Amino acid sequence: MRYAYYPGCSAESTARDMHQSTLAVARALGIDLVEPKGWTCCGATAGHQTDRLLAVSLPAANLTKVQDMKLDMLVNCAACYSRMKVANHEITSHSSIRQGVREALDRDYDGSVKVRHLLEVLLEDVGLPAITKAVKRSLNGLKVACYYGCLLVRPPKILKFDDPENPTSLDRLVTAMGGTSLEWPCKVECCGGGLSLSRTDVVVELTGSIIDMAASVGADCIAVSCPMCQVNLDLRQQDINKQTGKNYQIPIVYITQLLGLSLGISSGELGFNQLMVPASSVLEKIHERA
Amino acid sequence: MITIKNKKNGQGLKRAVEELSGVDISVCFQCKKCSSGCPVARLTRSRPSEIMRQLHLGAGNELLESDLVWMCASCETCSARCPMGIDVAAVIDALRKLALARGASKQKGNVPLFNRAFLKTVETFGRSYEIGMIAAYKLGTGKLMNDTEKFPAMLKKGKIALLPPRGGDRKTVRRIFKTVKQNKEAKA
Repeated sequence: MRYAYYPGCSAESTARDMHQSTLAVARALGIDLVEPKGWTCCGATAGHQTDRLLAVSLPAANLTKVQDMKLDMLVNCAACYSRMKVANHEITSHSSIRQGVREALDRDYDGSVKVRHLLEVLLEDVGLPAITKAVKRSLNGLKVACYYGCLLVRPPKILKFDDPENPTSLDRLVTAMGGTSLEWPCKVECCGGGLSLSRTDVVVELTGSIIDMAASVGADCIAVSCPMCQVNLDLRQQDINKQTGKNYQIPIVYITQLLGLSLGISSGELGFNQLMVPASSVLEKIHERA
Repeated sequence: MITIKNKKNGQGLKRAVEELSGVDISVCFQCKKCSSGCPVARLTRSRPSEIMRQLHLGAGNELLESDLVWMCASCETCSARCPMGIDVAAVIDALRKLALARGASKQKGNVPLFNRAFLKTVETFGRSYEIGMIAAYKLGTGKLMNDTEKFPAMLKKGKIALLPPRGGDRKTVRRIFKTVKQNKEAKA
């Protein structure tokens, strides 16, 4: 199993823990990850809110690099994943866009590089039986609210990832690790995404109702697979508490961090110390001290 | 209640939105599923279904001042749930681009400023650079102290990188930005 791994910009800042835990888990499961040399930003939300050609060309610059490697692209950041797949779709469905991208990149790209999310690779290529077999530390007794957010599942016609209204990929992984995945109604609600700094009021409102719901179903932690969701839910709990007088302390962990723990990797190697809301309660439950 | 002003110049807005988004506004039959699912509609004065209706009825540039245009989080729930397959989120994206191009002044808030600061670091370094972006953004908003209480902890935890990103193919990224700019100027 060999893939061209596109880390995305967050991997070097707010989501170093996602990046570290992805590499550790891949190593443990025998997944070979190769970074495309000179990878660049996908443009994120700011790109598609600004200009269509920019929004397609920035991901395409990376897709061409992966095409030269003759591998499938593996992405863990949900936002990058969505932008890559939408770019492929735009290029294959509109010849004028393909032409624009050719001018911008000074090379032609046909939109054919296969883009896979890490969760797809874990579920389809590695497979749940193999993961269950590799578990060294069961998540038994850990109640996890799986949160997918927006960009893993939308736009559904292009991403074709899981069920867009009730996805279960994260839940199936948690179950395979021996944990309990909770039923709750906020799986694909929006955290406010890129509005984190520009409309903090909106983000505090949206994350507030998600955290509130997770608390009311008794979640020990929320598992995510998107750096924007992680930062918003993690960093904004302080603001939510200040605004509402509540005292939420729900750890927001990447699914790769949970998977790493269950595979017997140390919490330090998985970047647990980078979480704003400490995950000590989670680590204690699975008998690992931070 | 929906009121339409400037109906005459409004047709230009509908056509421009359709061209930018590839959406046929007239197929919307106002089921309001987009507004029901919209996470920010509980905070905004305008709702996605109302924007669709106003466009259909020929609203003009005043629509670009709607608060939803810059409060929309681009979550795409509206597009995913539309029974007619309308990409409502693309309509909002089109309104944002038109608001910038036509210089709509009110309701913009800080989102365009944030987007500019973010993309500027991408253009410069090939990858986004949070400290550079936050500095440019905060100077622009004039609210230097917002959120600063979180910085020390984030720096300590390594959640913000001090140095600009290295290793990205800056040459290609600069070429992309240059081409996009030239295209825009050619159209203007």
